[in-house]
Amino acid sequence: MEPILKGRNLVKRYGRVTALDHCDFDLYPGEILAVIGDNGAGKSSLIKAISGAIVPDEGEVYLEGKRIRFTSPIQARNAGIETVYQTLAMSPALSIADNMFMGRELRKPGFRGTWLRQLDRPRMEKLARDKLTELGLMTIQNINQAVETLSGGQRQGVAVARAAAFGSKVIILDEPTAALGVKESRKVLELIQDVKSRGIPIILISHNMPHVFEVADRIHVHRLGKRLCVVNPKDYTMSDAVAFMTGAKEPPLETAAV
Amino acid sequence: MSDSENFEQGTKRGNQGVAKFDRPNRGMIGTLQHWLHVNPALVPLVVLVASIAVFGALLGSKFFSPFALTLILQQTAIVGIVGAAQSLVILTAGIDLSVGAIMVLSSVVMGQATFRYGLPVEFAIVCGLAVGTFVGFLNGWLIAIMRLPPFIVTLGMWQIALATNFLYSANETIRSQDIAEQAPLLQLFGATFKVGEAVFTVGVIFMVLLVALLAYILKHTAWGRHVYAVGDDPDAAELSGVNVKRTLISVYMISGLICAFAGWALIGRIGSVSPTSGQLANIESITAVVIGGISLFGGRGSILGMLFGALIVGVFTLGLRLMGADAQWTYLLIGALIIGAVAVDQWIRKVSA
Repeated sequence: MEPILKGRNLVKRYGRVTALDHCDFDLYPGEILAVIGDNGAGKSSLIKAISGAIVPDEGEVYLEGKRIRFTSPIQARNAGIETVYQTLAMSPALSIADNMFMGRELRKPGFRGTWLRQLDRPRMEKLARDKLTELGLMTIQNINQAVETLSGGQRQGVAVARAAAFGSKVIILDEPTAALGVKESRKVLELIQDVKSRGIPIILISHNMPHVFEVADRIHVHRLGKRLCVVNPKDYTMSDAVAFMTGAKEPPLETAAV
Repeated sequence: MSDSENFEQGTKRGNQGVAKFDRPNRGMIGTLQHWLHVNPALVPLVVLVASIAVFGALLGSKFFSPFALTLILQQTAIVGIVGAAQSLVILTAGIDLSVGAIMVLSSVVMGQATFRYGLPVEFAIVCGLAVGTFVGFLNGWLIAIMRLPPFIVTLGMWQIALATNFLYSANETIRSQDIAEQAPLLQLFGATFKVGEAVFTVGVIFMVLLVALLAYILKHTAWGRHVYAVGDDPDAAELSGVNVKRTLISVYMISGLICAFAGWALIGRIGSVSPTSGQLANIESITAVVIGGISLFGGRGSILGMLFGALIVGVFTLGLRLMGADAQWTYLLIGALIIGAVAVDQWIRKVSA
């Protein structure tokens, strides 16, 4: 099977630090791929290189077999790759609806939209409310609430809902459960399964081994700026995975990165 | 599955609701704080109404007459127009110290193009507007692409534009009579008309329409939302799909264009084209913006607040003058208002905590 998203020989240097060292990456259609690795292993750089937030110094990225070169996250989004960043990338003073539609606002039909460029707020609010309700993430009272008045978990929920609502080809989640309580984490995991059942592949970056082993189809172990190996969570235990990513254990030969 | 992986079973018995958006019981002060958070122009509006009421009570019909009240509007027109430009820039968490210089430079270009080169006055005005927009573009380019701090860029541009203005005009004033005879269009913004005892100028109408237009754009168009998002958190805006550089450059260009219109209005107000006029415009516009409740940290506030802020300054200036007080009292009270306004802004921000 051909990977939907493929990275080859990616290199990114920050001064004398090499964040990505000839790294390869494969995501297959319809799967949940977890990316794990120690702090500073280059997971975030890898994700940013794919999502257009940074431009790799060397190497190629292919989406559905076609070479892509994103120089900004907007291009990646237009190509159908949606990312939830660790920082969530939301404007605190703006409302939930404004944030969900940031950069892809809906305009009113006819004269008011075309000539007065007026936003279609009722439609944006309705869609935002529907998305949040559909994903079962929360019961909304006021969709026009400023994001800064939400708790950390609520903000995370809005960010995940935004990605799930718009991602058409690939959804990337960077530590989606890090700021969440047990119940909220459970909801996000259900949400991930829900998105997968719609046929959209997901890249999940996480430190939380139980979560990774619960939802992932394959696990990409990142170490020292490159892919160490890709393992099947059914064949290995959590302690094995931790041993791989800390270097305590040699990776299995047959699955080692090629 | 081992027991340790079933640890989440414990939550089943608990409340299953997730991230509910309950409306908390805030109490009176909290409700007020929330209201101000949603309607940032409310504080300056209350202060404006209160100050009109106080001066009206103290001075009676001398102040509370259509003539005096519309005089305040006339005196506020220039600051209001420049303040609109300043509001846009400050909403992006920037600052534009060059607004006054752009205004004067544009007015001088309009005058010189007409009188030195003999161009048709309509074309001269377009030249002036283009020069203002271009200086704004330079500001925006240096800030967005070269990533220099807005304070430094516009501090430099203030000096550059002002010096250009003096060198280019050779420090010559174009007399009011000449303009009235040969190019009355330059004085368009000074044209007055009466409604009963109330006196309005074209400049006043322009200021009101401009603020209304910008209020609409900021609230109801994607570009307006992007201005707020960029001021709030530029990195987040970039990641969520806003073209931050283009937004910033367009804001500074529009700011330059509005300042050029203010330059046109300035000719109407003082009658002549004078390279030494309008020196206080930048500090007065920042004062109006701050009293109007727009946060200097960007992303918060409304342009209507700026208009109220400019009017508050106008009311204090005229009211105290009519009372025969020393002009320094005006500055003292305005200084207190500035500090008070920023204190209120900080308090409103705490609503997020």
